[in-house]
Amino acid sequence: MAKIVKIVTPLTDEVVSNLKAGDMVGITGYIYTGRDAAHKRLFFLLQKGEKLPIEIRNQIIYYVGPAPAKPGYACGAAGPTTSYRMDPYAPALLDKGLKGMIGKGFRSKEVIESMKKNNAVYFHAVGGAAALIARSIKKSEVVAYEDLGTEAIHRYYVEDFPVIVVIDSAGNNLYETEPPKYAR
Amino acid sequence: MRKIEAERIKKKVKELFLRANYHIGEDVLTALKKAREGEISEVGCSVLDMLIENYKIASGEEIAICQDTGLAVLYVELGQEVYIIGGNFREAVNEGVKEAYMEGYLRKSIVDDPVFARKNTGTNTPAIIYTDIVPGDKIKFMVTPKGFGSENMSALAMMKAADGPEGIKNFVVDTIRKAGPNPCPPTIVGVGIGGTADKALVIAKKALFRKIGEHHQDERYTQMEKEILERINNLGIGPAGLGGRTTALAVNIEYTPTHIAGMPVAVNVCCHAARHAEGIL
Repeated sequence: MAKIVKIVTPLTDEVVSNLKAGDMVGITGYIYTGRDAAHKRLFFLLQKGEKLPIEIRNQIIYYVGPAPAKPGYACGAAGPTTSYRMDPYAPALLDKGLKGMIGKGFRSKEVIESMKKNNAVYFHAVGGAAALIARSIKKSEVVAYEDLGTEAIHRYYVEDFPVIVVIDSAGNNLYETEPPKYAR
Repeated sequence: MRKIEAERIKKKVKELFLRANYHIGEDVLTALKKAREGEISEVGCSVLDMLIENYKIASGEEIAICQDTGLAVLYVELGQEVYIIGGNFREAVNEGVKEAYMEGYLRKSIVDDPVFARKNTGTNTPAIIYTDIVPGDKIKFMVTPKGFGSENMSALAMMKAADGPEGIKNFVVDTIRKAGPNPCPPTIVGVGIGGTADKALVIAKKALFRKIGEHHQDERYTQMEKEILERINNLGIGPAGLGGRTTALAVNIEYTPTHIAGMPVAVNVCCHAARHAEGIL
């Protein structure tokens, strides 16, 4: 097994620069959730030049809409959603200092260019491993857009949250480099 | 006539959606374990290990396998000798879905107006219900909570007969290539051939209910299934799209008669969490 790189949030430029595509990473600290509806709202606030309801500088946003928590659980099943739907909004957030995104699947050229420009990283979480991933979420609270239900912005406290660097800040992209190695 | 209370329909639907969301089929588990043995990518192996572990946790603790607990889709065979009393069929089904999702800690993922308001209905209803009237006095339910990461990778091609089996194979493989990591591979690929555009899609989704390892009765279609599966796994996309030999676990083809002028081909993709359940009243 590859070594796990342990990082804590908020991220620094140095930590982000040192993360390389293929690194297995365990994240500890606070991270924020956000998916389609929340991104749309954040994006429109930025367009109008208004303040966001959360400080995203040096933070990580996890693309997830969790299942409700059973009694006794901090969080319900919480695996990643497919990231490309957030692509139209992501560059504006990266320009505001967002350092990390957790999701699954392809990103647009625009997002990758913005990651390179802003020194940010895209982490892959394993889709469909939602009950397992939820075990590393120790605390969950809604911090914005409660009316959106599962799509509200939650703040999670996570410990050794399991991800892999899939696109690093230099633009190296496992989704492009790995499959050809196994193609026949 | 055999009388069936609407209340019993509600309870059965609820039970089936809870079961499907918590407990993965043995066929999927077996296929994943077999894939794990043959996987040569180190990352691929660790992804498959995570998935197997995830299924154990979800089943053991009765929590959702995936946070996307899906859009509730039902294929119902309604015996023509059944007389439903004490309520109406559609409402009973939707009540069953609602109770499963409200009481089972499952995510409510349905928005009413898809374009403008996109307001969550809060109950995970309405369900999509396909009903066939069949001989007999029973009701058979085949239900699936259909996740949208994979649903979004669906495709339809209105092909011509001259495209032949090669055209079909190329289209299916190409659809999975373009989907890459998005639908949570390893996937199960449903293919519907024939009918109209809509019918091809409906049977493509229904094909996802088939157990992994079972094939079409017609040897020519079985051959197509095997060949497409091999070509998909040769793409190298791998578990979670991070590279490897396991991109799909099965390709299931269903066909239905079509028009002399056409050959519709539909692809409906399902993530590895191929959740479905069946029950009879």
